[in-house]
Amino acid sequence: MTIVFERPKALTDVPMHYCPGCTHGIIHRLVAEVLDELDLVEKAIGVAPVGCAVMNYDYFECDMAQAAHGRAPAVATGIKRANPANIVFTYQGDGDLAAIGTNETVHAAARGENITIIFVNNAIYGMTGGQMAPTTIPGQITQTSPYGRDTKTAGFPLKICEMLATLDGTAYAERVSADGVKNVVNAKKAIKKAFEYQMAGRGFSIVEVLSTCPTNWGLEPVEALGWLRQNLIPYYPLGVYKDKEASR
Amino acid sequence: MSTANEIVIAGFGGQGVLFAGKILVYAGLLAGKEVSWLPSYGPEMRGGTANINVIISDTPIGSPIITNPGMLVAMNQPSLEKFENDVQKNGLIIVDSSLISLKVKRTDIKTCYIPATKLAEDAELKGLANMVMVGKIAKELGIFDLDIVKKAASKSIPARKQDLLAPNIKAIEIGLAYC
Amino acid sequence: MTEKVLMKGNEALAEAALRAGCRHFFGYPITPQTEVAAYMAKRMPKISGTYLQAESEIAAINMVLGASAAGVRAMTSSSSPGISLKSEGLSYLAGCDLPAVVVNIQRGGPGLGGIRPSQSDYFQATRSGGHGDFHLIVLAPDTVQEMFDLTIEAFELADQYRMTAMILGDGMLGQVMEPVDISREGTVSTVAKQWALTGTKGTRKKNIINSLYLNEEELEMLNFKRFEKYAEVEKIARTEEYFIDDADVIVVAYGICARIAKNAIDEARKKGIKAGLIRPVTLWPFPKLQLKAAAAKAKAFIVVEMSMGQMIEDVELSIRCSRPVDLCNRTGGMVPTPDEVLAAIEKAARAERS
Repeated sequence: MTIVFERPKALTDVPMHYCPGCTHGIIHRLVAEVLDELDLVEKAIGVAPVGCAVMNYDYFECDMAQAAHGRAPAVATGIKRANPANIVFTYQGDGDLAAIGTNETVHAAARGENITIIFVNNAIYGMTGGQMAPTTIPGQITQTSPYGRDTKTAGFPLKICEMLATLDGTAYAERVSADGVKNVVNAKKAIKKAFEYQMAGRGFSIVEVLSTCPTNWGLEPVEALGWLRQNLIPYYPLGVYKDKEASR
Repeated sequence: MSTANEIVIAGFGGQGVLFAGKILVYAGLLAGKEVSWLPSYGPEMRGGTANINVIISDTPIGSPIITNPGMLVAMNQPSLEKFENDVQKNGLIIVDSSLISLKVKRTDIKTCYIPATKLAEDAELKGLANMVMVGKIAKELGIFDLDIVKKAASKSIPARKQDLLAPNIKAIEIGLAYC
Repeated sequence: MTEKVLMKGNEALAEAALRAGCRHFFGYPITPQTEVAAYMAKRMPKISGTYLQAESEIAAINMVLGASAAGVRAMTSSSSPGISLKSEGLSYLAGCDLPAVVVNIQRGGPGLGGIRPSQSDYFQATRSGGHGDFHLIVLAPDTVQEMFDLTIEAFELADQYRMTAMILGDGMLGQVMEPVDISREGTVSTVAKQWALTGTKGTRKKNIINSLYLNEEELEMLNFKRFEKYAEVEKIARTEEYFIDDADVIVVAYGICARIAKNAIDEARKKGIKAGLIRPVTLWPFPKLQLKAAAAKAKAFIVVEMSMGQMIEDVELSIRCSRPVDLCNRTGGMVPTPDEVLAAIEKAARAERS
């Protein structure tokens, strides 16, 4: 019998806890496939965030640490400085990375820390039940922006890839989306490139993946994908924001 | 413990009072004594007041803080005004008379006026009044000879600045010779 | 005899960390501990170590957590306000059972407070390093020599018990320069860190460093187990004792206050008052048994500390309030004088006679 499809070696056999239709599962798989393809499972160390992905230390089949809310880039820095031969990545959501952990994120990038960040942006705090995130778009309704995000009082979302692209320490920053076959294929390419940059010692790499949260957006999974295309992608355009190698 | 060996050196930041104290404690260490060196530390890195508590003792040192010094070395007027009344009865106040016109008011202590800044300048050792004072303090303490003070100065001056050793020692000798 | 060198307390502490094999220091400037960072910044690049100036105290402690998780000896240092920021990391380090060394060169508080020496973080260090049930090992040096010796010991204890060991100093101990023998080399841990994150290298199952336990029964069991370990750690409690065999009045003081108290005790003895000193070297575990034993003979206790009265609670608890305990204190950066302590001793001696 020929095996045509199987679980990547970099994923464990533990059932994931994510809600139906959530794209975290896809993104986990993309990271795992890349770890497999680059033969990194035995040398990778991942750092889990606080948020929906908090328990991903159970899902990846490599050494894992779980960090305090927002501190994953600092923890990853400590690991990488201690064991530079390992491949170190964080997997963080938007509240974790772009609110409480903005400082750690920006400065890890500014230092050119040779780590890879997978940044899952679904424009909402998922784990705590759908509050306004730093990336919630103007007008978006959440539990704590019940009349839609009013930029007069709640300000504007953070565009992380655009921000980090301005820093000399950032080697690679790309925004991708997990909403369909073409975009998913592109997302995997970007994730692979980010890890390859780390392997080559080029410095800080980040891949921002636009993601859905059907539960907290109050939409069916398919509708959620549509909402992402109609609302998130126009606000957060996909593409490469920084590529030190390409600009050489 | 002889309180005479509890010395406060005080002046402006930049006059080198901390460094003067360092040479004294090094000399004490080389002479086999117990020593401690406690600086005032504050937000004023330059130009403010600076003082150093130096203890050189035959017995283990308890508190490194000097409340009532046996010897006060005043290198500017505010320091004399601030610490004069703290000096132990029968203690000694050494005053840089080239910078301080004020006279010591107390009569229950010994006083020594030495124009350290002028002596240094006259010998073309501008900025080394602190070392002139080190010589004077060493003389008053009478617990270590010139060789030990020289060695202490050599140890206190970083390797890359050893060209400064000779002028420093010259200034110390001026202080030692001053009566 | 090995030749002693003159060093500031902060420098001796930093040198000790290097002697203990620490090659990863994550810092952030704050007076009066900055010499620690400056020393590390100067030395680490020369010995292939890491000195990293973090973006915040919070980042620094989390970098320590990462480095420790990766299996190396790591350290951060700060002063009071910075330690408050580190409390998150201290809790996570405890929850993950990771070794680390954290230095607090205390200054006056609360808030931004001042920059002069203080001991007002005693509760924070011994009671509430952060949220949750946990302890830090807290070591309190009183000389530059002990800043060196106890820092080496801190790394050893941290590895042995997989705990954070804190050096609780103060601005004066950090700034004072004294002769110190730095010939001792730290012993590198013989405890194999099989739990460390090093990549599986295909030779073992994956390791997880984590403090999240959503099953409350499991979390309770882990806390019970951790406290069984703490019960073992209680055995390392130790003191320095000074003239206590015949003492009627016992002064209890740690760090710089113990040295001030020694001056006062010498004076009291000259006046015929039988005074002595117990100096806790470990603040957690607190030397309860030593205090309790002393209470069997002594008639009164005086606690000298640079706070509004924090360690005094541990003294009263240790002796079960069986003797009067007076407080002789200054705070906010003020330091008690030997005369103030002597007056407190004389007062206690008079009260005890009448």
